[in-house]
Amino acid sequence: MLTKTGVPTAQELDRVTPTRHRLEQGPVAIIECFQQIPCNPCFLSCKQGAIQEFSDINDLPVLDDSKCTGCGICIANCPGLAIFVVDYSYSPDEGLVKLPYEFLPVPEIDAQVDALDREGRIAGKGRVVKVQRFKGQERTPVVWLAVPKDLVMSVRNIKVGGQSHAR
Amino acid sequence: MLKTDIAIIGAGPAGLNAAISAAAMGAKVLLLDRDDRAGGQLIKQTHKFFGSRELHASLRGIDIASLLLARVREFDNIDFRLGATVLGYYEDGVITAEYRGNFLKIKADRYVIATGASEKILPFPNNDLPGVYGAGAVQTLTNVYGVLPGKRVIMVGSGNIGLIVSYQLLQAGVQVAGIVEAAPGIGGYLVHAAKIRRAGVPIYTSHTIKEAYGDSSVQGAVIWQLDEKWQPLNGTEKDIEADVICIAVGLTPLTELLWQAGCQMKYVPQLGGHVNLRDENLMTSVPGIYVAGDVSGVEEASAAMLEGKLAGLAAAKSLGYSIENYDELWQQAISQLDGLRSGPAGEKIRSGLKMLVR
Amino acid sequence: MRIDEHPVLTFTRGKKVTFYFDGKKIEGYEGEPIAAALHAAGVKVLRHSHKKNRPRGFYCAIGNCSSCLMVVDGVPNVRVCVEKLREGMQVETQKGRGDLIVED
Repeated sequence: MLTKTGVPTAQELDRVTPTRHRLEQGPVAIIECFQQIPCNPCFLSCKQGAIQEFSDINDLPVLDDSKCTGCGICIANCPGLAIFVVDYSYSPDEGLVKLPYEFLPVPEIDAQVDALDREGRIAGKGRVVKVQRFKGQERTPVVWLAVPKDLVMSVRNIKVGGQSHAR
Repeated sequence: MLKTDIAIIGAGPAGLNAAISAAAMGAKVLLLDRDDRAGGQLIKQTHKFFGSRELHASLRGIDIASLLLARVREFDNIDFRLGATVLGYYEDGVITAEYRGNFLKIKADRYVIATGASEKILPFPNNDLPGVYGAGAVQTLTNVYGVLPGKRVIMVGSGNIGLIVSYQLLQAGVQVAGIVEAAPGIGGYLVHAAKIRRAGVPIYTSHTIKEAYGDSSVQGAVIWQLDEKWQPLNGTEKDIEADVICIAVGLTPLTELLWQAGCQMKYVPQLGGHVNLRDENLMTSVPGIYVAGDVSGVEEASAAMLEGKLAGLAAAKSLGYSIENYDELWQQAISQLDGLRSGPAGEKIRSGLKMLVR
Repeated sequence: MRIDEHPVLTFTRGKKVTFYFDGKKIEGYEGEPIAAALHAAGVKVLRHSHKKNRPRGFYCAIGNCSSCLMVVDGVPNVRVCVEKLREGMQVETQKGRGDLIVED
């Protein structure tokens, strides 16, 4: 249970995961926000209008994945760092995970890093494709990580240089 | 004797906002803080704030402090004194302060008390060992002074402070051995919890600290599990090595001045301890004394900013100052506060505040 | 231990100064709290409690709790978590309550 472990359950993740069809079309945001808290920057930051306007600031975000382009600006603006972008169309055998990474060292392009799951366990290897910094949110770099397609839905963090953040 | 319209005590998120809104109406403001940096505890908040755009959501606390300070500096009618420790409130409505080695007597027509809160301690054997620190203390050491508290930390308490400080320790390169939480569920925002879980930090819910150990400073702690009745279960002990134990079990309001002024107080556990009765303008039972921020009930800094706005507006208005869109500004602050408190996360605050309306 | 690089923050420190902890020379930065300089140098025990002589460090680090009282330049009960470091300061572990200073 999320409230006990801090890790969302499969059912919770199902609720925020687009259809297989949409996933295969290209980059799309996955908003892993499951608790009503007073917060709306995801809606405000989205230039595509893909996140539904909040009628109450405590609403959970609702994504219209037909409008989402997977640009990732919401990743850097979400105060909870709870948004990721996944892209199954990246290559025939790799998918892309874009994730917020506020640690040092920021990985180099093409670096091979450990790809971690939602519990910080090593799920496999990933290759850093790009590090994106959005204006005004430069201190929350968004790391583009290429991972085997079967890991796209489980990888949510990285470990750089063989060291965990928890050194 | 220093005379002013409104003296504001505390230049954190509440006090800075109170000063800005009162000064914008034309009031002569004296803003005092004992620290030599403005911003109160915002200066160590490196994480991004929740809330709405008006409340600087997505900005980090440290940057919000700079914004507010710059705004305060725009006003000639704010006399801002850092390093000024208010010492007492006297029967004739005078406060005294120590200011850079000088003794000040101050008489203001209105006071806004925005003194914040302090960290609670938790009883367990050896909780007085060096290395057992308030989580906020460690945050100050790390984020304000750039000094690491140690190598490996046990965090006690999974409220927002426990979760946020754990994350910030990881960012500073400190290991977090785990978060220990007595309640069956995580207390703070689950998005904060998810961030530290994916960095590999365990959260031990239904666990508490049995004892700390170490010779002259902390070398570790034993934790154990609690049953549904919060009773420790023998045989569940787990020994965790660490050189720091952070206590994040809540804050309690710093209400000394309110007591001295004779404000009617009430014990409200949901708000962190004894807090004052107040009206919708945040005026206490003593006419002319207003409150804003954690001193009147421990909440998030976003709420403190809005309370500051409200108290500043109301205090200035009560002295005859005006601003064209006063009603609109007042209503805005009220409805934004309601918004922050209206969701499930605000339930505890709502139930506490109900007990305090004058 | 001090932080050199941080993903969010940059630290601006005062000029390097030397001071004395129980007679031993230590370096720190001017203007930082004495407790921060001591901690960076690995000093955690700041005083001993007056009844049971137990070691004590700081607790709140913002001047609220009185856990970090030390003798600074001969003056007891100084909250070193908020007292700023200056060149040449004599900082001593406080034992017990600390004596009143009686001026002649």
